Formats: sequence, structure tokens, C-alpha cells
Amino acid sequence: MDPLVHLEDAGVSLGGKPVLRHVDFELQPGQVVGIAGPNGSGKTTLIRVLTTLLRIGEGAGSVLGADINSDQVFGVRSSIGMIGHTPALIGELTLLENLVHIARLGGVAEERVDSVLEVVGLDEASDRRADASSFGMRRRIEVAHLLLSKPRLVLLDEATSGLDDSARELINALRDRTVMDGGGVVMVSHDQKQLAETCEEVMVLTSGRVESVQ
Amino acid sequence: MSFWGQTFEITRVDLRVERRLGDTLRIVLPFAVVALMVFPLSLGIELAVISRIGPAVFWALGILFGMQVALRQSVADTQERRDLHALLGVDPAARFVGRMMSGSVLMLAFLVVLFIAMVLLYGPILPSGSWSTVLIATVLFSLGLAELGTLAGEVTAGLRNRIALASLIVAPLALPLVIGASQSLEALSRGAGILPWILLMLATDLALAVVGVGLARPLEEATR
Repeated sequence: MDPLVHLEDAGVSLGGKPVLRHVDFELQPGQVVGIAGPNGSGKTTLIRVLTTLLRIGEGAGSVLGADINSDQVFGVRSSIGMIGHTPALIGELTLLENLVHIARLGGVAEERVDSVLEVVGLDEASDRRADASSFGMRRRIEVAHLLLSKPRLVLLDEATSGLDDSARELINALRDRTVMDGGGVVMVSHDQKQLAETCEEVMVLTSGRVESVQ
Repeated sequence: MSFWGQTFEITRVDLRVERRLGDTLRIVLPFAVVALMVFPLSLGIELAVISRIGPAVFWALGILFGMQVALRQSVADTQERRDLHALLGVDPAARFVGRMMSGSVLMLAFLVVLFIAMVLLYGPILPSGSWSTVLIATVLFSLGLAELGTLAGEVTAGLRNRIALASLIVAPLALPLVIGASQSLEALSRGAGILPWILLMLATDLALAVVGVGLARPLEEATR
């Protein structure tokens, strides 16, 4: 079976400084892989490489079958979902309007928006403006977005930090559903223990290099 | 979603955000009208002079305050939102056209109100047929300035001092628009033809549209 993600000897430099060096990484369908490491170790840079939004300067790789350094990536980006550090919502729109906007641009049926809002527990608060909503609520909208769009590759960059238990459960449910559908999940966290509990494999980065794979 | 579907969705959301924020009409426009009042107040009751300089002041304030309108939206775009659009498969050219369309609508609304205020305050003697010329010039001016603002926003994405840098890009490139717009009214008052000036603005708008659409993808990839 072809891997969802394959990186070989990948390196990235930002502003002339190497941020990732000689990274090998593979994610198979149905697999959950964790990336751990201290601040500045290159975790978020690696996640951006996996989104295909950042190209690698050295090495080779593919994401969802698309050569990572070619224009093929434009065709697979809509099958990649990411929850990053900062929720990417438009503050002046309500939570519902944000989700409808995302659904429209992503070509997802708008009829499903209401039911997904109910799943993430925001059906009562959907008319609240995003900039007046809590971090947890905005995070739930991002989960709702991924539940709507059903990406094959889900990237969770510190997605559970600062969330209550019910929001964490939602993210876990998203992870489990992606895996069941044959997709893959990459989780990033400082918390190596937490990753070890939920991931089949945990890669530890230090100063942009792979220190260990457990 | 089709190219035009994405374009109209981006325009729709931009205009909805503007309706809630009201930056253009509630903040920029009142300042522009106050600036418009400075000239008649400082020149006293020299009505002939005031009437003569009215259109020139209108275009001068149009470019000054219009630049703020043009740049406002593009610099408000965050990296997270740009990434989200990319991962949703939004065509960067559709983003450019959508942003440009919403910017043009705002700019046009701003200039129309500013022009009415100028007519009321300065009482310019406008020759017959000048209303249609003003309308055409204002539409082309709005379109061009919105294109420039969007393009400058894309070029400076992710950089520090975005607003200052974007202004430096917009100011010199807006010259053909300012010259075309101001000279079309001036030509009309002299009884000369306005076609060359309208064509100058049209050519500028078309060139900016081609550059903006053509460079949308490479710029988006390069500024991450």
C-alpha cells in the first residue's frame, strides 16, 4: 500500500538557517504518528511541510501521492486538514457564518453544517461572533470543519492544548474516524507521554533532527 | 466550487465583514470629508477659486484616503486564513479577483459619497456630460486602486511593516490612474477629448488584472 506521506532526507532552511535536517518520515493509511520535541525543535515546520504549504530545500518526498516539491500538491491540498496553533476564523463573522464560508469554499454541502454544529456542541452558540467566542469554541469550529470536509490526512499541531475534556474527546473522535476511513493522522505535542498513549509511533525531534523513533 | 463561485464567496464575506466593521464608511470617509472642508475654510469666500479647484481636491483626497481603503483588506489577511484558503483548494487567482471586487465596491461607494460632498462644498461648474465622465473615471479609478491594493497586500504578505511597504508599492503605480482620472475631467472642461485618458485608465486596470491573476499563485507560494 502506498504511504500517505513519505519524506526522505528532508531538509528545510528558513532565512538561511537550517530548521529541519535529514528527516525521514512515513505515514501509512490508518496510522497515527506523533511528533514530539522541545520548543524550536522543528515540529511546526515539519507540519507545514506535510501540509505542502512549505517546500523542502533538500531531500525528496510525497504527500497523498503528490511530489512535495512539484505543482502536483495543488491537487491534493483539499484532502489535507490541519488544526494549528491559532484558529483560522474570521472574527467579525459568527461561528455559523464561518463554517458556512468554509463549507462553500471547500465544496461541501451546506445542509450538513447544522448537524455538524450539533455534533461539536455549538448548535446553541452558533450565532456568536468568532471574536467574542472562547478559544475552545473556535477550536470546535475547526473540528467541525474537518468533520465536514473529511480529509484523508489530518494534521493536529498542539490541537488539544488549552481545551476541556469534552473538546479533547471531539478531537480524539475526529482522529479515530479519520483512521477508520483509511486516512492518516499526525499529532504534534510537547507531551511525549500523551502521544505515546495515542500514537502507534512517536518521532522525537531535537534541533531539527530526528533524535529517536519510538 | 467553480472559480467564480470562490470569487463571489470571498467578495461576499469581505463585504459582510466591512458592513460589521464599517472601517470605510464610518472611519475613513468622515476624515476625507473633513479634509475636503479644509480648502474652502482656508480660502475664505473666493468662490471662483473654490469652484475651480474642487475636482482637483476630490482626486487628491480620493487617492490619499482611497489608498487606505485599498490596503485595509489585504493587510488584514492573516497567514492562518491564507493557509486555510490554500487547504480548501481556493484558487489564488479567485482570491485575488474576489478581494479586488470587494475592494472596488468599497472604493466606489467611498468616492461617490466624497464626490457628492465635493459638489456640495465647492459648487464646481461641471460641463454637460460630465456626470457620465465622472462615473466612468470613478469606476476605473476604483477598480485600479483596488487591484493595486490587493496586489500590494499579496506582495507584502508575511513581511513586517506591511502597510508601509504596500503604500510604497501603491503610490507610484497609482499615478496613471490619478493622471487619467483628473485629466479626463479637465479635458472635458476644456472641450477636449477624454478618450485618451479613459483608455489610459482602462489599460492600467487591464494590466494590473493580468499581473494580479497571473502572479497570484507564484506570489502565494513565495510569500509563505
